[in-house]
Amino acid sequence: MSRLSVPKTYKLAIGGAFPRSESGRTYVVTSPSGEFLANASLASRKDARDAVVAARGAQAKWAGATAYNRGQVLYRIAELLEGRRAQFVDEIVQSEGVTAAVAGAQVDATIDLWVWYAGWADKYAQVAGNGNPVSGPYFNLSVPDATGVVATIAPQDRTGVSLLGLAAVVAPIVLSGNTVVVVANEAAPLSAISLAEVLATSDVPGGVVNVLTGSPAELAPWLASHADVNALDLAGAGSLADGAWVDLQITAAETLKRVLPPVEGAPAPSLERITAFVETKTVWHTKAML
Amino acid sequence: MSFLEYAPAPESTAILNLRDSYGLFIDGEFVDGHGAAFATISPSTEKRIAEVACADASDVDRAVAAARRAYDRTWSRMSGGDRGKYLFRIARLVQERARELAVAESLDNGKPIKETRDVDIPLVAAWFFYYAGWADKLEYAGLGSAPRALGVAAQVIPWNFPLLMLAWKIAPALAAGNTVVLKPAETTPLTALLFAEICQQADLPAGVVNIITGAGETGRALVSHDDVNKVAFTGSTPVGREIARAVAGTGKKLTLELGGKGANIVFDDAAMDQAVEGIVSGIFFNQGHVCCAGSRLLVQENIHDELVDRLKTRLSTLRLGDPLDKNTDIGAINSREQLDRIRALSEIGEQEGAERWSPACEIPSNGFWFAPTIFTNVSTSHRIARDEIFGPVLSVLTFRTPEEAVAKANNTPYGLSAGIWTEKASRMLALADRLRAGVVWANTFNKFDPASPFGGYKESGYGREGGRHGLAAYLEASGWQAPIESSAASPRSGRKARKAVAK
Repeated sequence: MSRLSVPKTYKLAIGGAFPRSESGRTYVVTSPSGEFLANASLASRKDARDAVVAARGAQAKWAGATAYNRGQVLYRIAELLEGRRAQFVDEIVQSEGVTAAVAGAQVDATIDLWVWYAGWADKYAQVAGNGNPVSGPYFNLSVPDATGVVATIAPQDRTGVSLLGLAAVVAPIVLSGNTVVVVANEAAPLSAISLAEVLATSDVPGGVVNVLTGSPAELAPWLASHADVNALDLAGAGSLADGAWVDLQITAAETLKRVLPPVEGAPAPSLERITAFVETKTVWHTKAML
Repeated sequence: MSFLEYAPAPESTAILNLRDSYGLFIDGEFVDGHGAAFATISPSTEKRIAEVACADASDVDRAVAAARRAYDRTWSRMSGGDRGKYLFRIARLVQERARELAVAESLDNGKPIKETRDVDIPLVAAWFFYYAGWADKLEYAGLGSAPRALGVAAQVIPWNFPLLMLAWKIAPALAAGNTVVLKPAETTPLTALLFAEICQQADLPAGVVNIITGAGETGRALVSHDDVNKVAFTGSTPVGREIARAVAGTGKKLTLELGGKGANIVFDDAAMDQAVEGIVSGIFFNQGHVCCAGSRLLVQENIHDELVDRLKTRLSTLRLGDPLDKNTDIGAINSREQLDRIRALSEIGEQEGAERWSPACEIPSNGFWFAPTIFTNVSTSHRIARDEIFGPVLSVLTFRTPEEAVAKANNTPYGLSAGIWTEKASRMLALADRLRAGVVWANTFNKFDPASPFGGYKESGYGREGGRHGLAAYLEASGWQAPIESSAASPRSGRKARKAVAK
């Protein structure tokens, strides 16, 4: 007779802790064929606000870490993902209804994506920054600086993105020193929470990546209007009914958030996704007249 | 005669050859507008300078259509080298007509001739000269090997640096291969219209630059026009919000350069004389009509009294009056509306308990004037420490530690500029790291250069103007092929290889 398994309780990831939704709400997560998988937390407005507070609290210190350090932390995520590959393959097989080979390719792509972005942490500033030859006795240097707290909707497709999509939006945001509140794939949120568990054990400071599960349609408007969110990545918001992502962009205009529009599927790794969430700071200093 | 008394030294207006009325500049020609024409006046005398056409929605349509035609048929097909040559021509024409432009700008805006002659107009020429050279080198701008122009750019600019803001907008847009429709502010249209003549003298192909005059309604029609690919706006944060809402979901690329409440931080080891000059140029330059003005002075507590005394002494030597007089330091406030706003906020400052001081100075009987003003005893919750006044009004606050200075400086929804005054370089650099501002001036203030990116954090807007970064606002990146996609799609040869080595 086979052994009786021990199922996992899937909760939210806020500020380095794993709380249930303060609302007490859950929703049923099933496989594409309707088989019960788990009761995931149905995050509320209050959870979203708590996540923003956690993200803001962690931001200055994370941005203040050396770029080399942030790069190593991101690389460490890839190392731990590699070690827990089987678990993620299993979760993707169950929640997306794909074969183990297809799920394995998604996990591999996710690991490679973390490695690719990890390497950018101490290089993007050299590409995005600039020394400027101004007309006068001044030292003048432009450097990129993290925008602050970024909220994002992970890609919502039913297959192919439940893990990769989340990593593809989170990695480029956090590598420059931003902190993030991400709303996971609503239908397939399990690997997002497992990824948060990996982050919690891989030197990512609490509050840098905050993962909410639940309804993007319910949570996104609160994040779009939150005055302490500096940027909004609508990567997965194209799936919302009636072009609701446009309303989110209109809401975000009230606090002049930087907004990235929706994309199809998991966004491809790119330098542009890194520089979309940085500010260029230009420092002038006088030179003495010798 | 004391050393403060000078004989007047007015710059002659004879160099100006203005028309009595100006039309809209569309498709290379001046044409009539279909809105109600309005007068532009000199804010120092309230006298009419000229009549200016007002563009209605149909005029906006015509201007955008002209820009589209010029983009499709001419500008997008022209080599980058030739686009650059046109921009070099414009830079030279601006230099040739520099004095005339300086006089026109002072007359229309109210700012001192000293400033238009030595700052605004030289920078206009420098901006065109700088971006001219980029036109055939766009593949080196860091936006991929083949960045593409966006198409037609709608540009709306403010009244504080009329021709300079035009240059900030038009030079990079044209260098990147876009055509433009630009609307100057309704109180300062004059130099933009003179610039239209410069485009004619440069033989710039018709429709590449279109200038339409009008007020808010015209600007609204322009930025929300369906056939516009890019919107660039410099102005107030409320209008910036309105534009961001209007552009949402349209796919138009948007850059906004909005308000600020810059902190000028002075440590007790600062070179005091230079700091005083920097504070004065930080907030009283251009009558304080500067989005990046150092309108909050954060002074270390132990030097507060001495610094404020020195500031008062220095302010007492500033000369307020005729903008065309070469001795004038402080010119006229640009409009009655702006003067009312400065007065209202200053009265609120007094009501909230801050202490108000202005030097004794004679205010001319006509025109719009506001004496340079310092508020001491200001706390961070006061309106005059939070709201952008956009006038010659300085709020003085104190701090004890660098941490407190950073916290107070960043305690604003804005994030455009900041200043640091200290002789200690390590402290300056540590502070610069932590200030949430797009431009940080250390031991200087209010310096601008076409090679230097300018723009804000947070509610001061997004995007940069100037430098290599300024091109990104007008180009679509061609992107790089991320190498990861190929390795992720294929079986994990890398891992196999490593295992093989491990064996």
